[in-house]
Amino acid sequence: MTARIKSIAFNTFREAVRDRVLYNLIVFALLMVASSVLFGQISIGIERLILVNLGLTAISVFGIVIAIFIGIGLVSKEIEKRTLYTVLARPVRRWEFIVGKFFGLTGTLVVNAFFMAVGFFLALLVVVHRFETRDGWLLVALYFIVLQFVIITAVTLFFSTFSSPLLSAVFTLAIVVIGTFAEDLRAFAAMMHGVPRWIAMAAAHVVPNFASLNVISTVAHGNGVAGSLIGLNTLYAVLYAGAAIAGAIIIFERRNLK
Amino acid sequence: MKPRRRITVIFGTMLLLCISGAAFLLAPLDRVRARTTEEEALYIPSAAVLKKASLGYTGLMADIYWTRAVQYYGRRHVDGMATYPLLYQLLDISTTLDPQLLVAYQFGSIFLSQKSPSGAGQPDKAAQLVERGIAANPSDWTLYYNLGFIYYDMGAYREASEVFLRGSQVPNANPALHVLAATTAEKGGNPETARLLWTKIYETSSAESVRKNALQHLIALKIDEEVPTLERLVRKFRESTGRTPSNFEEMVAAGWLTDVPVDPTGQIYRLLPDGRVELQSPEKKPYVHFGLPGGPSEPQTDTAP
Amino acid sequence: MSAIETFALEKTYSVGFWRKRPKCALRPLTLTVEEGEIFGYLGPNGAGKTTTLKLLMGLIFPTTGSAKILGMALDDPRMKAQVGFQPEQPYFYDYLTAHELLHYYAQISGIPAGDRKRRVESVLQRVGLGDVSPKLQLRKFSKGMSQRVGIAQAIIHDPKLVFLDEPMSGLDPMGRREVRDLIQSLKDEGKTIFFSTHILADAEALCDRVAVLDKGELRGVGVVADLTSKVQGKFEVVWQGGSALRALFDLGAECYMTGDIGRAVVREVILNAAIDELRRNGAQIISINPVRATLEDYFVERLTAEVQEVAQ
Repeated sequence: MTARIKSIAFNTFREAVRDRVLYNLIVFALLMVASSVLFGQISIGIERLILVNLGLTAISVFGIVIAIFIGIGLVSKEIEKRTLYTVLARPVRRWEFIVGKFFGLTGTLVVNAFFMAVGFFLALLVVVHRFETRDGWLLVALYFIVLQFVIITAVTLFFSTFSSPLLSAVFTLAIVVIGTFAEDLRAFAAMMHGVPRWIAMAAAHVVPNFASLNVISTVAHGNGVAGSLIGLNTLYAVLYAGAAIAGAIIIFERRNLK
Repeated sequence: MKPRRRITVIFGTMLLLCISGAAFLLAPLDRVRARTTEEEALYIPSAAVLKKASLGYTGLMADIYWTRAVQYYGRRHVDGMATYPLLYQLLDISTTLDPQLLVAYQFGSIFLSQKSPSGAGQPDKAAQLVERGIAANPSDWTLYYNLGFIYYDMGAYREASEVFLRGSQVPNANPALHVLAATTAEKGGNPETARLLWTKIYETSSAESVRKNALQHLIALKIDEEVPTLERLVRKFRESTGRTPSNFEEMVAAGWLTDVPVDPTGQIYRLLPDGRVELQSPEKKPYVHFGLPGGPSEPQTDTAP
Repeated sequence: MSAIETFALEKTYSVGFWRKRPKCALRPLTLTVEEGEIFGYLGPNGAGKTTTLKLLMGLIFPTTGSAKILGMALDDPRMKAQVGFQPEQPYFYDYLTAHELLHYYAQISGIPAGDRKRRVESVLQRVGLGDVSPKLQLRKFSKGMSQRVGIAQAIIHDPKLVFLDEPMSGLDPMGRREVRDLIQSLKDEGKTIFFSTHILADAEALCDRVAVLDKGELRGVGVVADLTSKVQGKFEVVWQGGSALRALFDLGAECYMTGDIGRAVVREVILNAAIDELRRNGAQIISINPVRATLEDYFVERLTAEVQEVAQ
């Protein structure tokens, strides 16, 4: 069982990596390093702030887009084209397939994030010439961004099991946007009354909570992140991704493949 | 299909456990976040920048910031913090993004101007905010109540009266504005004027918190009337019968009262041995001056009389 | 034990967005395929052949009915280990090479690591791809090459039963010959082959038994040898030269000439008269052969017959 899952995961990773995705990463990393040179013109104090804000936001945004597109490319498209037939004809269970895909995709995104982070830290080095202890918090921000990727990958996978590639992308994007405002949504819901309140509260608690995974402004100002937040976020991401994958498995188990 | 059934059960359970687990984590996450959200609020760019960043969805952003303003105030108030340094900024952004967000001006007129701990104690900023609201909504005469209140609360009765007068000249304005202009000019701060003002604020505000606050003020006004009246009655009873009544039932039995007196929230007043009348649960009745344990408080300028 | 047994296997789809109309892709199918035989599954396009295969492979789920493969239920993973499947026009992972794909599939099929390399090499050799570059990505493969990879992945784990969906499609005559030989050699190894096609010549050459399917319904099952042994009572006469065409035509024969060579199909009763005619007109008779029934005849007959119960 684990051997098959590992096999599928590795194959997914290999397929993604050859899909020219790596090239965008390198391009991005190089762009970051190049643009940091431009900031050399402004005063040192704001330079770091802008670089961190811009750099981490770019990693987050690009990463999310890449996550969605590889996600649908490697699952939804695979279901729609018929590459899946020959795989499922073998003694592999459908749920193993989903789990393997998930780990393969996550692995790809982690590697993705790693390369972008390298580019980012290089750019930072060019700008500030020397790392300080407070730069360690940047790693936490990056870790949270990776957790975001994990959740989004799981959500993409979930939608892929029953929607076309285009719809999966649209739904996932919608969830990402709503999830960014999840905190506000909960506040809105708390101000409502009656039946709509229950519906809104339910929705607000089911949508992924991306706000807590965004500590970019905090680390840009050189501030630290509470340990409890790291722990809670990790647990949240694991649970949420788990739920999405479980949902994906249940749907996929029943799906008639066209 | 046996294996399929098993899969559904296993992963169905996993789905339910995970999603509820995640949902339950949200409360502690929010708590930990609350501290950092505060700092983040400091990094809010100016309203103008935000407007551009909203990409046209200014209405939605305004609602989001308005919600955040309410949450900010609520959270700090509950946590017992006495200051609200970011409240103005948040309200400023909300109203810049949506100048017709009347509820934000109403909220600001009360909670920005009132003294701590129930407000930010920044009446000048509050006035600035509401003036902008009036400029953006010239036909809305209800905002004049709010603006007038700010000056009234400070004890600046002449300015308040001028504001009410301005308001009364808006077409279709409620006649009460005219009345308020007159009485404020004449008598300055007195319970009747205060009562009228608070009633109007209660009627014209759509923010739950503002209405609640107005109600609290109205109740306080009533109590501040009833307590001295009751105490006068007790003194008269003492003069007349030569003894201090030990409780109100005695006075009812003697025909001085029809019933045991009850405050506007429905709780019985207590009669103390020294003839003073006292409130029950005074902590639930803010803005009251008379009937407090330990004697009347100094008349302050954050409420009427 | 039969290789394949279906029991009233049926598939109906609900089509349409608002009002769901049922569309029957496969009517209740009861069929048996014995071990060790090459079984042809014939039918026009859209008959339900691929639907049947997908049902048997567990890619779609039956509306009613059931089936057993090698005595095991359709969702039994042990069953899948002994079955190979080549889908029609298979798609593969674009960016893998043939070697990588086969290694991956071998892994999933549970072939031990030590064995894999050898198996991959040998199966590629067997399907005629022994010379393909190990660096060439699948997206660059021609149709014929992809088809061969499809067969390779279906047999790499040495299954007892092989399903092939239109295995000859897209192949040139050489390729088709090679695949025919391959299928024959698989049978010689004791495997059961179930392949669907609409090219009757291939089926006639290879199959032990065939089934005919049309519009989702089983129209007939028969042993190929029996079906084609019937002589139709006609003879084919081939001759050279002479000017007998007109005369033969008058006799009621179908005939034509290509250059110097003439061909005619004559009924048995007029055979002798025809031969006399030819000789009289100076023709040189080259050959006289009885005409056998073809599978095509059976096929067309089954398709146009009344719908009836089909016995095994």
